[in-house]
Amino acid sequence: MSAITLRNLDVSYGDTQVTHGITLDIAEGESFALVGESGSGKSTVLKAIAGLAPDWRGEIEVFGAARSHGVDREFAKKCQMVFQDPYGSLHPRKTVDATLSEPLAIHGIGDQGPRVEKIMASVGLDRRFRFRFPHQLSGGQRQRVAIARALMLEPKILLLDEPTSALDVSVQAEILNLLKRLRREQGLTFLLVTHNLPVVSFLCDRLAVMRYGRVVETASVDQLKKSALTDPYSRELTESAAATHSK
Amino acid sequence: MSPLLEVENLRVSFPTAKGPVEVVKGVSFTLGRERLGIVGESGSGKSMTGRAILRLIRPPGVVTATRLAFDSTDLLARSEKAMRAGRGARISMVMQDPKFSLNPVMTIGEQIAEAQRAHQHLPRRELRQRVLDMLHAVRIDDPERVASLYPHEVSGGMGQRVMIAMMLIPEPDLLIADEPTSALDVAVQAQVLEIIDDLVKTKGMGLIFISHDLNLVASYCDRILVMNSGVVVEECAANTLHSAKHPYTRGLLAAIPRIDESRDELPVLDRSTWATA
Repeated sequence: MSAITLRNLDVSYGDTQVTHGITLDIAEGESFALVGESGSGKSTVLKAIAGLAPDWRGEIEVFGAARSHGVDREFAKKCQMVFQDPYGSLHPRKTVDATLSEPLAIHGIGDQGPRVEKIMASVGLDRRFRFRFPHQLSGGQRQRVAIARALMLEPKILLLDEPTSALDVSVQAEILNLLKRLRREQGLTFLLVTHNLPVVSFLCDRLAVMRYGRVVETASVDQLKKSALTDPYSRELTESAAATHSK
Repeated sequence: MSPLLEVENLRVSFPTAKGPVEVVKGVSFTLGRERLGIVGESGSGKSMTGRAILRLIRPPGVVTATRLAFDSTDLLARSEKAMRAGRGARISMVMQDPKFSLNPVMTIGEQIAEAQRAHQHLPRRELRQRVLDMLHAVRIDDPERVASLYPHEVSGGMGQRVMIAMMLIPEPDLLIADEPTSALDVAVQAQVLEIIDDLVKTKGMGLIFISHDLNLVASYCDRILVMNSGVVVEECAANTLHSAKHPYTRGLLAAIPRIDESRDELPVLDRSTWATA
């Protein structure tokens, strides 16, 4: 069964149409990457799925159920998003505990204390961080909190918008390992937006290359590893990535 | 010829309730008209080193050095006024985050023109042409349109290119680039670095490239300093980085995923051995 199906998705911000006819099908349990340069519309696709860019046309289906344009609680239980910047995505006046309990409160789920502790343990955060504020945490710890928040409702799909680009390589390695382990343990489906192709190689099964709001190529990660992408633009991307990483 | 920049025993400390904390602990290096890379994790003191050279560390931060000389003049003895004349014109710095470093209420064209005007007066038409040329040089396709936009109207990648244009327009002798491309995607990253590289070569600029991306630094610099908790743990030529010996450098190298990645898990640094070091 496919986890996310997009058909002819056009997203607009005001008068500017950002994406044009995005059609993708992501299977359950798959890890799928959207790559492309800034402004190619890859984050916009994620935002539209998450409901943060409500001005869209086309179809968004999650596990066969069409997504509405408004706030959708049932949808939120299945699909959650992790943002790029852990410095900006956590409320500065809320403790880790408050941040993690909020989704439970919204959805009327009890048992909050034990659930918060369980999630913190699974993302590798020590219990002593529970009542700290974001400014008392390092970047890597904040991103762990952001991932934990997304996992509170036990979703099946995580939308990841550049989850490691604000982090150091050493911390990036820790977060990538964490994401890979969580996916294995909880059978999650990932839709990852990134411009870092080695991250795609490490974490994903398939990828789509986007440019000017269109998908120019869909390929498997094996093709990426062998530099066997066919579209000229995708080749340009992989070659420049290879150039900086082979020397 | 004397080196462009001499740094000897540079120390930066900040007072805290528990006494002063040293964030840079005795860094020494010299820089000619070459490309020097400084790599390390967040908190290793690499950015503080760059800022100290421009005397951008404000009280209560304290900067001391046995010698800190640019073009044979002592930077620590210079008046604030003399420093200000030199910043931008002689030594320039590209900051990390375009979101916080651009003026939100000025158009991009005006901001770049201001950077030029602060150091040299040009006729208005010539100034405008230079701004457009500079935007074009950082591969912005339609400079006319972009020059009239405000920072919030451009993407992060484009914002960073604007910053680079702004820093390079007065043609400085030394460019300090603090993570200049971490907000850019790979294709643009390579282009931007080529632009910087080109200027360094043709104009004989010196470059200090501060980054946490070892591979990137290795491919665009001549020499590399690896920093950890305020000290230089290893110095090597860029082409020998992959045979680096220090365990910290090796740990950082191993943590980077590769495009032909086959490892199931990435090795991570054992921080416990470093916390006490």
